Amino acid sequence: MDLVEQFEKGQMKASLPQVRIGDKVKVYIKIVEGGRRRSQVFEGTVIARHKGGNRQTITIRKVSYGIGVERVFPLHSPIVEKIDVISHTKVRRAKLYYLRQRKGKAARLKELR
Amino acid sequence: MIKGILGKKLGMSQIFMEDGLLVPVTLLEAGPCFVIQKKVRQKDGYDAVQVGFQPKKALRVNKPLKGHQDKAGKGYFYYIKEIECDDMASISIGDEVRVEDVFKKGEKIKVTGTSKGKGFAGVVKRHGFGGLPASHGSLIHRTTGSIGCSADPSKVLKGKRMPGHIGGARVTIRESEIIDVRSEENLLIIKGAIPGARGHLVIMKKQGM
Repeated sequence: MDLVEQFEKGQMKASLPQVRIGDKVKVYIKIVEGGRRRSQVFEGTVIARHKGGNRQTITIRKVSYGIGVERVFPLHSPIVEKIDVISHTKVRRAKLYYLRQRKGKAARLKELR
Repeated sequence: MIKGILGKKLGMSQIFMEDGLLVPVTLLEAGPCFVIQKKVRQKDGYDAVQVGFQPKKALRVNKPLKGHQDKAGKGYFYYIKEIECDDMASISIGDEVRVEDVFKKGEKIKVTGTSKGKGFAGVVKRHGFGGLPASHGSLIHRTTGSIGCSADPSKVLKGKRMPGHIGGARVTIRESEIIDVRSEENLLIIKGAIPGARGHLVIMKKQGM
């Protein structure tokens, strides 16, 4: 194994949550406010996942007061405390960028149970 | 103390700091180097040590270099360079120079490499010229335009920026911050990019050298 790969291995968390595309998730983010530590929750749909060693990220989309908000989380980042999967949905592609063009009822995903 | 070390660029990656900040880093294999020769002020006019980096098979070394490197008795090397040194008494021929002896975490250093060759390039790439109009009937797009006046100087002024070869030159980056030093792997982790391709020789020196 080359040293770059080995270095990236050392950066990685031991285990990552099992997150699938289309999942409704809650991401707990560690925030330090003037020495005080608290955690903030970002809730939404996983619309993309990028792989690649310690650079692995997921993109989460939510609609907040009618405005679409997307946030990219590096999964191995120490500020990502934990990720809770609320539900899975039925999706047929790996990247759900088409949701950006849809509004209201058209932007729904069918839930899997 | 020796004021630098030779190394090899391994590639780039990223690292998370404790507060979650993501920092781009370059990984360098720094040393171990071996002292082959000492240059002393009385004899050579300056103080420096000659160090070798990256072992080379004996059959690939020519006789003059073999004789020279045999004096240290630490094998043969692909790269042999002189590095300044302020305390000559503490160093003797054959000594091993390791990265943790030279640099420590948080220090700012100077890194020298050979930039990637780009071949013969035009002025847009080489000097950042804006080029000529793309549309409105313009037939030329990426050329120099005018290179000077007419009969008055009757020549092109020296230093006029024109197309030519870029890259493949020695480039030094100053104030590179050391993010981490890992002695067991001879790894030096530096913030940001470093000139040159992976696997190429990199010279790391203390700031102000």
